[in-house]
Amino acid sequence: MKRFSVPLLLIILLLTLMGLAWFEIIDIYIQTIILFMGINIITSTSLNLVNGNMGEFSCGHAGFIAVGAYVSSLLSVALFTKSKTFGAPLLPPELAAYGFPLVLIAGGLAAALTGLLVALPSFRTRDDYLAIITIAANYIIISTIINIDQIGGARGFMGMKRVIFAMEQCAEIPWMILWVFLFMVLSIIIIRRYMSSTYGKGVEAIRQDEVAAEIMSVNTNRIKLVTFMISSGLAGIAGGLYAHTVGYVNPKSFDLLKSTEALVMVYLGGMGSISGSIIAAIVFTLLLELLRPLQIIKWVAIPLLLIIIMQFRPEGIMGNRELGDIFPRLKKFYKFK
Amino acid sequence: MTLLEIKDLTQLFSGLCAVSELNLNIEERELVGLIGPNGAGKTTVFNLASGFYQPTYGAILFQGRNLAGLKPHQVSALGIARTFQNIRLWKEMSVLDNILVAQHFNLGYGLGGLFFRTPRYLKRESEIRHKAHELLEIFKIDNVAEEKPGNLPYGMQRKVEIVRALSSGPRLLLLDEPAAGLQSADVTELIALIQWVFDQFDLSIWMIEHQMKVVMSLCSRIAVIDFGKLIASGTPTEIQQNPAVIKAYLGDDQL
Repeated sequence: MKRFSVPLLLIILLLTLMGLAWFEIIDIYIQTIILFMGINIITSTSLNLVNGNMGEFSCGHAGFIAVGAYVSSLLSVALFTKSKTFGAPLLPPELAAYGFPLVLIAGGLAAALTGLLVALPSFRTRDDYLAIITIAANYIIISTIINIDQIGGARGFMGMKRVIFAMEQCAEIPWMILWVFLFMVLSIIIIRRYMSSTYGKGVEAIRQDEVAAEIMSVNTNRIKLVTFMISSGLAGIAGGLYAHTVGYVNPKSFDLLKSTEALVMVYLGGMGSISGSIIAAIVFTLLLELLRPLQIIKWVAIPLLLIIIMQFRPEGIMGNRELGDIFPRLKKFYKFK
Repeated sequence: MTLLEIKDLTQLFSGLCAVSELNLNIEERELVGLIGPNGAGKTTVFNLASGFYQPTYGAILFQGRNLAGLKPHQVSALGIARTFQNIRLWKEMSVLDNILVAQHFNLGYGLGGLFFRTPRYLKRESEIRHKAHELLEIFKIDNVAEEKPGNLPYGMQRKVEIVRALSSGPRLLLLDEPAAGLQSADVTELIALIQWVFDQFDLSIWMIEHQMKVVMSLCSRIAVIDFGKLIASGTPTEIQQNPAVIKAYLGDDQL
């Protein structure tokens, strides 16, 4: 029973959400917010891997989200739809539903490779340099996109809604809820499995004492690269999901503000805590929507929130603990690996 | 047989000569001491032997293999483990996890195995865990396996650090001032522990120590360095009577 409680709960949650959307009990607006929650969970948990578990300071997460968003959007539009940029679909549009996860993973891989390119030079230096290099990388990625006119440049790129329509030709279900949910669960499983293995514990060791880790046979350079690549790869998947949820991408939506949002979620949730990052992503997404009427003042309120967290609860909502550590009784009911 | 061979080892730090033309051998199954006044370059020698620094000149051969160009984690995988003068356990991880991470040199699975939880991965993880538990039991510290090292008394932390170093199955164990900061009762216990480790495990131990009680009662041979140079080497009694050593520690009465 213990082993099946979490999968069962997740399936019930997924079916409920899809059912609510299917019967139009929740409108498109609420659906979008729920999708954003899922996407933000991927964003925050993946950034947490580098900033929380490894103790490095990456500030350019949105850059990798942008790479994933653009690569998967370009691929899916070129493969499954008729567009001005690419002409006729390369594959029959009926395949969209099956091809979409592969396209997302391709976006993730592209982001992971970009992550490798950023990490290779920056992990040779120490401490604050990664923060500076990742900010620079974020800007480089955005300016590169702006300057490629074929993919829309500063105007952005659209046509992903047609990919969704193509999927709906296959079966008329709320596809995005399904994909966001599946990939969210997948990325949590990836992070969880990584961090609970002896290999992943090397990441914690690096944060606490890198010299000791290296001396005790941990290949610190390689493990840092691998961790950074996993983190940026998952960010790329989040980007692909975001692009297909919104239906168009614009380089402006992946600037430092987006990176800051990811940072706020990580610090709000607690460094190194997966459940903390999940809770923070949900809370933060809701907060963003609630504060929407404030318009530009929102960007006064949210940094203020960050300052308040740092002042009164610097360890975040969960500290570095997981749900099971705070409520030990919960462990009786589930077993989640 | 010679386990570690140090040949003409020289280390310059932007002009400062920390170690100069050091020649020293450590044999198999030998317990050797390395002593010398403060700043003599003892820890530098250890840092060189564990791959943390690359020697300016000279070579270090471990089981006949030159360590030049190897990273510390590669040196550690070859079979040299060490402890630190100021204990460097990972303080926010449990004692068990500390032991686990030290087995990184021989995980025996890749990332694919990790994410898909292949039978090989599960088997290796349980073997690694089993080995760590076994080690903790041998040293009778399995009761603190889930504790964080930061919450343990200082003497216990020293012990955990030695166990962590041993968990990689080293052929040579470098102990950097194991008795530093210990009370005298704990020092007696530490001497017994080191002797026990030396008897039980098939390895050589090389240690830096300031407390003569520890060095004299444990080591079969002692090397003395001063200003990065080897000034004497021999049995504890020989060292105690060596005029060069007395001069290095107490100064020259001709002044």
